[in-house]
Amino acid sequence: MVVQALMDQGVDVVFGYPGGAVLPIYDEIFQQNSIRHVLVRHEQGAVHAAEGYARSTGKPGVVLVTSGPGATNAVTGITDALMDSIPLVVLTGQVPTFMIGTDAFQEADTVGITRPCTKHNWLVKDTDALAGTLHEAFHVATSGRPGPVLIDIPKDVQFATGTYIAPQKARTSHYQPRVKGDMEAITQLVAAIETAKKPIFYTGGGVINSGPAAAQLLRELVDATGAPITSTLMGLGAYPASGKAWMGMLGMHGLYEANMAMHDCDLLIAIGARFDDRITGRLDAFSPDSIKAHIDIDPSSINKVIKTDIPIVGDVGHVLEDILKVWKARGRKTDKAGLAEWWDRIEDWRKVDCLKFSQTGNVIRPQHALSRLEALTRERDRYVCTEVGQHQMWAAQFMGFEAPNRWMTSGGLGTMGYGFPASIGVQMAHPEALVINVAGEASWLMNMQELGTAAQYRLPVKQFILNNERLGMVRQWQELLHGERYSHSWSESLPDFVKLAEAFGAKGIKCSDPADLDDAIMEMLDHDGPVVFDCLVEKHENCFPMIPSGEPHNNMLLGEASTHDAIREGGAVLV
Amino acid sequence: MSALNIEKGSTKHSAYNLRPQFSDVQETHTLAVTVDNEPGVLARVIGLFSGRGYNIDSLTVAEVDHTGHTSRITIVTTGTPQVIEQIKAQLGRIVPVHDVHDLSVEGPSVERELALFKVVCQGDKRVEALRLADIFRANVVDSTLASFVFEITGTPDKIDAFANLMRPLGLAEVARTGVAALSRGE
Ligand SMILES: Cc1ncc(C[n+]2csc(CCOP(=O)(O)OP(=O)(O)O)c2C)c(N)n1
Ligand SMILES: [Mg+2]
Repeated sequence: MVVQALMDQGVDVVFGYPGGAVLPIYDEIFQQNSIRHVLVRHEQGAVHAAEGYARSTGKPGVVLVTSGPGATNAVTGITDALMDSIPLVVLTGQVPTFMIGTDAFQEADTVGITRPCTKHNWLVKDTDALAGTLHEAFHVATSGRPGPVLIDIPKDVQFATGTYIAPQKARTSHYQPRVKGDMEAITQLVAAIETAKKPIFYTGGGVINSGPAAAQLLRELVDATGAPITSTLMGLGAYPASGKAWMGMLGMHGLYEANMAMHDCDLLIAIGARFDDRITGRLDAFSPDSIKAHIDIDPSSINKVIKTDIPIVGDVGHVLEDILKVWKARGRKTDKAGLAEWWDRIEDWRKVDCLKFSQTGNVIRPQHALSRLEALTRERDRYVCTEVGQHQMWAAQFMGFEAPNRWMTSGGLGTMGYGFPASIGVQMAHPEALVINVAGEASWLMNMQELGTAAQYRLPVKQFILNNERLGMVRQWQELLHGERYSHSWSESLPDFVKLAEAFGAKGIKCSDPADLDDAIMEMLDHDGPVVFDCLVEKHENCFPMIPSGEPHNNMLLGEASTHDAIREGGAVLV
Repeated sequence: MSALNIEKGSTKHSAYNLRPQFSDVQETHTLAVTVDNEPGVLARVIGLFSGRGYNIDSLTVAEVDHTGHTSRITIVTTGTPQVIEQIKAQLGRIVPVHDVHDLSVEGPSVERELALFKVVCQGDKRVEALRLADIFRANVVDSTLASFVFEITGTPDKIDAFANLMRPLGLAEVARTGVAALSRGE
């Protein structure tokens, strides 16, 4: 019945790991061919893989794990998906209903544990309710603000036979989030766009979640109004990096021009973004002189951290469509002179060239490694995942995304160990595409067991490890904020990554000389199979620009030289 | 890059405690929340309050529609206007929540609470307890030679007042239901 429901929901891949409490479902899986099952090596990997699948396809990812430890291992991934609004349906086995509450073998209160980290969850005690609940689960995971849902299925419920109902026949859910925005507010926003001298679009993961049509409408609106656009880490690709209005990512490690423009703008249009603390910096100095409009499907995002002047609750795609309609109907007006002046200022900020670095000497700078990776892969059908740390920020800065769903990274939770399994999920969804995981050596080791999965399914994922032998981001904070006392931020006893790859039947490449880099990258790309690329980089590189915590957007550190004066003592104590 | 000097004893080690410039006036609101009466729904609501650090002054819940299996949760909560708005929005996100009404802002409403008071006393105090109960329209629902159990219905203020009067007379135990509330009119 479970497999039937999954098939009816259009599921083609399930990421999972078996155990006693899910054996009946595994038995069903064994006896069919339409759903592929990917056996991961750790349940956390299954969830991140499903996230990668979901993020790169726009479809919900499906996870199947056993009770107790299977479920608890999945918790980190589920929380990650909640923070980044990734639609997942997680199925967990549970001990039989008559044993629940007895501390049975591998019993855990899964719905209790996952209640705060799912969008919703269910314990199904009646086989007849199973099909309806499964369909409802897909509906809840994918509508409104997407997120992970979990269904806990006791083993006796799996064994029993019940009546199956098809999705079309299932009870309609009362959960129907509003998708159309309020026309009055939309008109107000259009009026603000017409007169703004210094407008800016600040977009986030919500645009990507809304679907490719929303990204298309965003492009149309941005290009037609001529306003500059910046995006959060999660929103990269919604507007093309090669687009003329693109300013790059904003926030703590965002680009100088993007942050300066956020600070100085007079109209801030937030779309599917949630004013995260990594974005806003110091709140009482955040974009002080702007009218703020906020488009979001989740009413609780609005006015949560930043007071909004024009709140619009609705699906980004629907709202953008209406904005365009109204704006066109009112005569496509903008303040051309104001905009021209605004762009002149932005050009001045751009001249700062905040990402500049020089590749000199015989040690590879991480920025250089990513610039070369970008140059050599830009033209390909490419998907990029990352782990968490400096490398993640450099990847966001130095790689360009032309389309949505091409960039998979752990934003809200910042989960080290996300990228490798996510790349597996992406590759499952796009077998012919080039899938790269930009990793730090420490993050990568957190889920390195998935090398077994990549090898088993012959998934040609490219693990591009920027190996600085440091927990680089931690080291950077310690340098800045903790008196250069580098407490436990070394990566000690690292494995030989080449041998490690070979031990799993994958290919390993090591590169430490800038002169060899291009050839080594090409060797990685040309290999038809999983590759672990150990790129030895400068160990003490810091990630800039950086807005130190407690500072406003217009007070950025741009590089080593600027750090001495730029951090005021008061701000330095903030993380 | 030089190390930064962090003030000794500084507790402000996080940007997370940089709060925006919202009003800091504390308000008390009564919220009526209609939910599907399914397992765990109360845990979701309570978990929301504890997880996000909101206050619960009072909370009542019971199924009000047996055919539709919906329950009504009445929550009295205190917070700044911005926090109250967040609470409502966050409650509205919970999947089995149908609607959230803020009775404190949506026009006039009536609030009632029921309480049981056990008062252990003898002699003059017994007489006094009965006299006060009469004034407060409290009913005697149990009586022994040395004690009464009073039942009283009213606003939380009225019940507080009754409790204060009973305390010197030998108030031994109190059970209160928490607030149930409805808007006035249609
Ligand atoms: C699971 C988890 N544990 C701890 C952290 C805190 N953390 C953030 S970045 C980082 C260092 C990452 O090191 P590495 O993967 O080598 O990346 P680098 O910064 O060196 O590029 C740590 C420990 C985290 N984000 N996730
Ligand atoms: Mg590292």
